[in-house]
Amino acid sequence: MKRWLAALAVLLPFTACALTGEEVMKKSQAAFLYPGKDFKARVVMKLIAKDGQERVREMTLLRKNMGAAGGEQKYFLYFFQPADVKDMSFMIYKYPARDDDRWLFIPAINMVKRIAAQDKRSSFVGSDFTYEDVSGRDLEDDDHAIEREEKLAGADCFVAKSTPKAADADFGHKFTWIGKDHFLPLKEEQYDRKGAPYKLFTADEIREIKGFPTVVRRVMKNLQTGHRTEVSYLRADYDLGIEDGLFSERFLRQAPRKWVD
Amino acid sequence: MSRASGLCGMALGVLLSGVAGPVAADIALAGFLQQNTAFNTAGANPDGRNYKWLEERAQVKLDGSAGAWRLMAKGDFAHDHLGRGDRSELREAYVDYTASSWDVRAGRQVLTWGLGDLVFVNDVWPKDYEALFAGRPLEYLKRGIDAVKLGVYPAFASFELVLASAYRASRVPDAGRFHLFDPMPGPATRRTAEPDQGEAGLRIYRELAGYDVALYLYRGFQRTPSMRPDGMSAPARITLFYPKLAVYGASASGRAGEGVVSLEAAYYDARQDRSGSDFTVPNAQTRLLAGYQWQPWEDGSLGLQYYAEYMHDYRAYRASLPAGLPADKRRTDTFTARLTQFFLHQTLRLSFYAAYNHGNGDRYLNPELRYAVSDRVWVAVGANVFGGRRTGQFGQLARDDNLYWQTRYEF
Repeated sequence: MKRWLAALAVLLPFTACALTGEEVMKKSQAAFLYPGKDFKARVVMKLIAKDGQERVREMTLLRKNMGAAGGEQKYFLYFFQPADVKDMSFMIYKYPARDDDRWLFIPAINMVKRIAAQDKRSSFVGSDFTYEDVSGRDLEDDDHAIEREEKLAGADCFVAKSTPKAADADFGHKFTWIGKDHFLPLKEEQYDRKGAPYKLFTADEIREIKGFPTVVRRVMKNLQTGHRTEVSYLRADYDLGIEDGLFSERFLRQAPRKWVD
Repeated sequence: MSRASGLCGMALGVLLSGVAGPVAADIALAGFLQQNTAFNTAGANPDGRNYKWLEERAQVKLDGSAGAWRLMAKGDFAHDHLGRGDRSELREAYVDYTASSWDVRAGRQVLTWGLGDLVFVNDVWPKDYEALFAGRPLEYLKRGIDAVKLGVYPAFASFELVLASAYRASRVPDAGRFHLFDPMPGPATRRTAEPDQGEAGLRIYRELAGYDVALYLYRGFQRTPSMRPDGMSAPARITLFYPKLAVYGASASGRAGEGVVSLEAAYYDARQDRSGSDFTVPNAQTRLLAGYQWQPWEDGSLGLQYYAEYMHDYRAYRASLPAGLPADKRRTDTFTARLTQFFLHQTLRLSFYAAYNHGNGDRYLNPELRYAVSDRVWVAVGANVFGGRRTGQFGQLARDDNLYWQTRYEF
C-alpha cells in the first residue's frame, strides 16, 4: 500500500503540472520579457547582409513593468549609433490587447512626435526583428499548442506551436523551443503563410543576472533573404529603481545621463 | 556670430565652474562633412546663376556633461560658391542644468512647438525657408534663438517658459536666387528695421485621457517682414519691419483608429494693428490644423493634413488695400500629404511631400530619396517643384524648381 502511495505521489506532480500551450507561452513571456521590476541594457544590434556587409545599431534600452507579467510596460530607447540617429529617443507605452503608444524625439529639429504603431509586421530599426519580437506579441493573438517535448543542445524543452488567429502577423505559424528549467525561448522557427521556412531565432547565450536567467546574445535570421541580425545585451541589469517620470516628454527631449550611459 | 560666440564662451565658463569638483566630465566630439548642391531645372536665378545652392560644410559638435550640467555646442564651417563666401555659423550652443523637478537651458537653441509637418500653427520660432526651398537637409529648416528656457514639472502639468532678450527673424529666400514676388518694384531704397525688443513664449503640456494636450502663448513679432512704403505712387523709401504679434494656441494628439490624429489651433493677435486697417500688417488670424498619420503597410507611413488660415478683420483690410496690390482671400485651405517608405532594411528612404492651397492654387512638391551607403555616409537626391499664382507663397517660385543632392560623412 505504501509503495502504491509513493508511486502516486511521484505521478501526481506530473499530472498536476501538465501545462497547456497557453500556460507555457505565458510563463515564457514572463521569463523573457517581464523579469524584474525594471531592466536596463546597452544593446548592440548588428544587421548583417547576405554578402557580409554589416551595419550597427547601438542603443540603451530601459524597460519598466507597470504591473504583473503580461501587463502594461513602458520602454525607453536612446540611440548612439549610427551617427545620423545619434541622440534620437524613442518611447513606447505597451498595453496588453491593444495597440501601443509611441513617441519619437527627432533631435535635428528638436521635435517630439507621436507616431502610429498599428503595423505588427514593422521591422525594428531595419533589423530582422519586428517590434513584436522585441517587446512581445499578445498571447491572445495566437492559438498555442504543445507539439512535443524534446532536448535541444542538452536542455529539456517544450516545443510549442503558435498559429495566429488573424492574418495580420508577420508569420503563418511558428514553433518555439522553451527551456523547461527557465522558460526562456531557446529557438524559434517561423514559417510564412505558404508554410515555407521564414525566420530562425536562436538564443545563443543565457546569463543569470540578479537571479534572472537572461538571453544576452540572440540572432534572428531571415532564411529567405539570408539577412540576419545579431543582438548583444551589454551591462544588462534589473531592479534599478527606474522612475516612472523617465517615460515622459521631458526626458525624451533630454535623455538623462544617469540612465542612458 | 560674435554675440553667439560670447554666449558659447559664457556657457563653457559656467560648465567648467560646474565641473571644478570631484565630478569627472564626460565629453564627446562628433560632426560631419557635407556637400550640398541644388541645380535649377526651370531657368536661371535672377542673379543669372544656375544653382540655388552650392557649398561644402563641416560641422563640429561638442557634447559634454558633468553631474547636473551639460554643454552642447554645434558650429558649422561652410563655404558658399555662389558669392556669399564664408558662411560659418554657430548653430547651437547652450548649457543645461537639470534638477529633479525643473531644468534650465541657456544659450542658442532650436525650439519646435506644435504638431505640423511643414505647416506651422503654434511653431512661432525662427525658420529658414531658403534652406527648405534650396534643398538643404531638414535640420537647416530651423534657426536657433538665443534664449533661456525654463522647464518646471509639477505633477499636474509641465511648463516650458522661453525668454529671449533679442529677436531673431526667419530667413526668407534671397531675391538674387529666387524669383520673389515684389508688390512694390522700383528704385526705392530699402531699409530693414528689426525689433530691438525680446520675445517670450510659454508652453504648458500634459496627458489628458490618452491625448497629449498643450497650450501655447507667445508675445513677440512676426518672423517674416512686412513692407511699408513712404508713399504709394512712387515710394522713395521702403521699410521692412516685423509687426508686433501675440499668439494664443492649443494642440492635441493621440491615437484614433489605426493612426495618430493631430489637432492644432491658434489665434494670431495683430498687436501692431488691432483694427486691421493697416494693409502692411498681417491681419489678425485664426489658424487651424488637422492631421492624420498611419502605417498602411510594412515600413510605410502616410500623413495627411488640412490647414486653414482665416483673416478676422477682412473688411478693414480690403478697405485699406491700395488699388493694384493683390488681395489675399479671407480664408485659405491647404491640403498636404506625405508618403514615407523604407526599403533595404530601412537604409533607403523614399519620401514624397505635396502641398496644395485650394484658394490660390499654390502648390509645392518635394520628392526625396535618401540612402545610407554605410553607417557613416548617406546621400540624398530630391527635387523642389513649385507652382501657382505669381503672388502666392509657392506660385512666385514657379521658376525656381530645383534638383538637389546632399552627401554627408559623419564622424
